Amino acid sequence: MSSAAELINPPPSKLVVDHVTKSFKSQNGWLKALDDVSLTVNEGEFVCLVGPSGCGKSTLLNLIAGLDTPESGTLSSDGQPIIGTGRERGVMFQEHALFPWLDVLGNVLFGLQLKPNLNKAECIDIAKYYLQLVGLGRFIHANIHELSGGMKQRVALARALAPNPRILCMDEPFAALDAMTREQLYADLQDIWAKRKKTIIFVTHNVREAVCLGDRVVLFSPNPGRIREQFHIQLPRPRDINSVELAEQATLITRALKQHNSQSLSAE
Amino acid sequence: MKRSLVAILFFASLIILWQALVYAEIWSPVLLPSPLDVARYLWAAILDGSLIEGSWVTMKRLLLGYLIGCVIGLPLGLATARSKYLSDTIGVLALGLQTLPSVCWVPLALLWFGQSESAMLFVVIMGTLWSVLIAVDNGARSLPPIYVRAARTMGSSGLHTLIKVILPASLPFVVGGMKQGWAFAWRSLMAAEIYVTLLTGYGLGHLLHFGRELNAMDQVIGIMLVIVLIGLAADKVLFSPWERFLQKRWGTGS
Repeated sequence: MSSAAELINPPPSKLVVDHVTKSFKSQNGWLKALDDVSLTVNEGEFVCLVGPSGCGKSTLLNLIAGLDTPESGTLSSDGQPIIGTGRERGVMFQEHALFPWLDVLGNVLFGLQLKPNLNKAECIDIAKYYLQLVGLGRFIHANIHELSGGMKQRVALARALAPNPRILCMDEPFAALDAMTREQLYADLQDIWAKRKKTIIFVTHNVREAVCLGDRVVLFSPNPGRIREQFHIQLPRPRDINSVELAEQATLITRALKQHNSQSLSAE
Repeated sequence: MKRSLVAILFFASLIILWQALVYAEIWSPVLLPSPLDVARYLWAAILDGSLIEGSWVTMKRLLLGYLIGCVIGLPLGLATARSKYLSDTIGVLALGLQTLPSVCWVPLALLWFGQSESAMLFVVIMGTLWSVLIAVDNGARSLPPIYVRAARTMGSSGLHTLIKVILPASLPFVVGGMKQGWAFAWRSLMAAEIYVTLLTGYGLGHLLHFGRELNAMDQVIGIMLVIVLIGLAADKVLFSPWERFLQKRWGTGS
């Protein structure tokens, strides 16, 4: 396989989460992180999972990534059940999780070198392509500790994209960054999503961020973790986080979020 | 440049102070020979070959024992960090034996192996093995689990994760442990050599011992200096490259 063939966009994945339940043991007994949650994600869709902490959104992401297994219910991607992690599902974490013993290029190569049918030169070509894509073409031999927080997340994005996954799972990837850096990354991520046509599952507690990025915003509520409401965002792309239309949508969703929150609090 | 000047000045003043103490004649010259006497002994020992021979014999024993200790200790440390059962058994054993000063192995080694090279090797391995094992175990335990999770999402598992993720991620601890192991190996070998005379080769420890028996203080101090210098050189040759790599990649240290 040549590096040109490797760069062709595979068809995006259709993801189905079917009646999934997952509990964790806590100090006060068992905590239902996810209670009978079902969700279908269309091919190439950008879905944001939003909710307060403890609502199960990250748990769901870990299940989709295959880092964890559900108690009951099934998950499948393109009709194939999800059992364990898989190269067709890339993951980006809140912490950059880059390997300090490798340089920038080495980090992006890590996943590529695990793919069969790629020789070393092809791997390097592909890694460089993705580092260009995230705007770090000039930093391929930098050490991780020399990069800023935003640059580290860009490397992490390139690393997750490099094996050309169908689904990209992102767990609050921009939460630890400053506002300016984040705004630039919103624009860049939309651009990359348009170019690379991935199905993206994006977890955040920032409603504005979700409205800016998502085709759909899925609202979760905690105790037990359930999907409460879903919003389709019809705003034209590329979206600007500071636009008035976006702020209106975000206000609407924030209001719904607060309402569900107070409901679940009074139910306790 | 300025730093090396300061270092040179420091060591020069140490020698001058030493010479001053000799001139002051507080101690008899038998107990405190002058720097020149020591240098004269060292030069003679180089010329008659005893110093080179002794250093070679010692280094051979040290390197071989150290290497074996590391080869066993590294994988065992990784294993005890990964498995609860191994941690409860071998891990506890290692912790216990590490607290045992390595010179305590000498009587046992002599009875088991007799006055032989095997006895020396055994003492050095026992000095190295446990501290390397424990340092690697601690290192592998304190790894952020996110590294392994991230590697899994990219299709890494099993042996690949162990070699490509856990081992390099523990490198700071591995280097620390190997350095500590080196120090222990060096100490235990010197103790064993002073303790036991082997006909298969006189190491630096033996030369030190003979110096004492002959009341040759210039020899005692001369050999001590050589031991210090070898220790310093080994640190630079064996560990500096690793420490530079760690500093470059991890950005730790000065």
